[in-house]
Amino acid sequence: MPKFLPLVEDAIKKPIWGCQMCGQCVLHSTGMVCPMTCPKTLRNGPCGGVRENGNCEVKPEMQCIWVKAYERKEKLPLPQSWRDHYNELRPPVDMRLKGTSSWLNLLTKRDQLKPAGWQSVIESQGE
Amino acid sequence: MSIVSEILENSNELLFTAEFPEFDSGGMEKIAKHAARIAPWFHAANSTDNTAAHAHASNLSVAIAMKMQGIEPIMQIVCRDKNRLAIQADLMGAALHGIENVAMLTGDDVTAGDEPEARRVFDLDGPQAVAVAKVLTTGQYMSGRKINPAPNFYISAVENPAAPPFDYRIQRAIKKHHAGARYIQLQICYHLDRLESFCAGVAAGAPGFHIIPSVVMVKNEKALNFMNDKVPGIDIPASVISGVASGEDPSEAAFQLVLEQSKHALSLPGVRGLHIIDFRRDDSLERLMRELGRQPISN
Repeated sequence: MPKFLPLVEDAIKKPIWGCQMCGQCVLHSTGMVCPMTCPKTLRNGPCGGVRENGNCEVKPEMQCIWVKAYERKEKLPLPQSWRDHYNELRPPVDMRLKGTSSWLNLLTKRDQLKPAGWQSVIESQGE
Repeated sequence: MSIVSEILENSNELLFTAEFPEFDSGGMEKIAKHAARIAPWFHAANSTDNTAAHAHASNLSVAIAMKMQGIEPIMQIVCRDKNRLAIQADLMGAALHGIENVAMLTGDDVTAGDEPEARRVFDLDGPQAVAVAKVLTTGQYMSGRKINPAPNFYISAVENPAAPPFDYRIQRAIKKHHAGARYIQLQICYHLDRLESFCAGVAAGAPGFHIIPSVVMVKNEKALNFMNDKVPGIDIPASVISGVASGEDPSEAAFQLVLEQSKHALSLPGVRGLHIIDFRRDDSLERLMRELGRQPISN
């Protein structure tokens, strides 16, 4: 097992994106802004508490990460398919993957494993 | 079938829902008193889940009490205090007691309440919570474990049309619709233009996804200032507040404001009713309803 991989991933992604090592990275679909840096760790868009100036309900000095993601997905030179993924319904976080390498989980498709109920009802109906 | 679903799915009637107050003590007598006050005017009322991140009698307990008093509950569940197991337990507990209307919300953060040192949960978010309720209605838990017979939930969600990023709010509401929500109650909105474009966008993008905007009845500008300063995601333009404050009779000005807002909201596309939060708790509730052309509901 490549035990060093989480260390490398953390060393690269933490300084750039504030990576929390959730092990199931969705950065490409959120304008390269990590949703796990939202104080509520919301994976499906901004909560209703965003301030009038676009800042966070919990940390008034910080721009809402979903507002930032909404702007960046258009500004950054990203493939259109990544932009289109912004509003996809992301499943609940698999807490077992915390601290593991999302790169490895992507390669092994471990990050695609969803609870049976979610898989059969929500995934099957499509977007 | 719940009254709420009957009205929204099988009639052209408008749906009127109230916010049931939070309860700390006072027993069933207090519940009965509030139930009697709202019964003539509302089809259902929301039982809240630790509103504004303050602990109160639980969402399910109040929903059951409301049902015992003849008020149809819309049981809110927020993601702040419970993980996915507890949320599914809340939902199945509701089903056990015949509660079908469930409103799935993200919820205010713990820092909005009086115990900001508490651990925030958010194991799910609002759209995921909607999807979890939907999964249960197919006769299984999230794990795939069977439930027989399946619970019959009429699922709703909440969205704030007045919070940035404004144009994305429409898509986020529709995402909740795709996840399983049949209608959406809105956060109180004092920016009429934002409400208009939100309703137009949802009506065009998700026909049949019913919109229930919210209005709040207050006595004076102090309550408006409080909401503006303290309630996350609510912004009230200074002109609205000064319009109430500068009048000869602030109470009457506040009433006229909510009357105008109500009429405006009911005129918008996709809107199928109104959610009314009454902080005045005087005879103006009946006045508002009659001005909107409502008659007492016969049971």
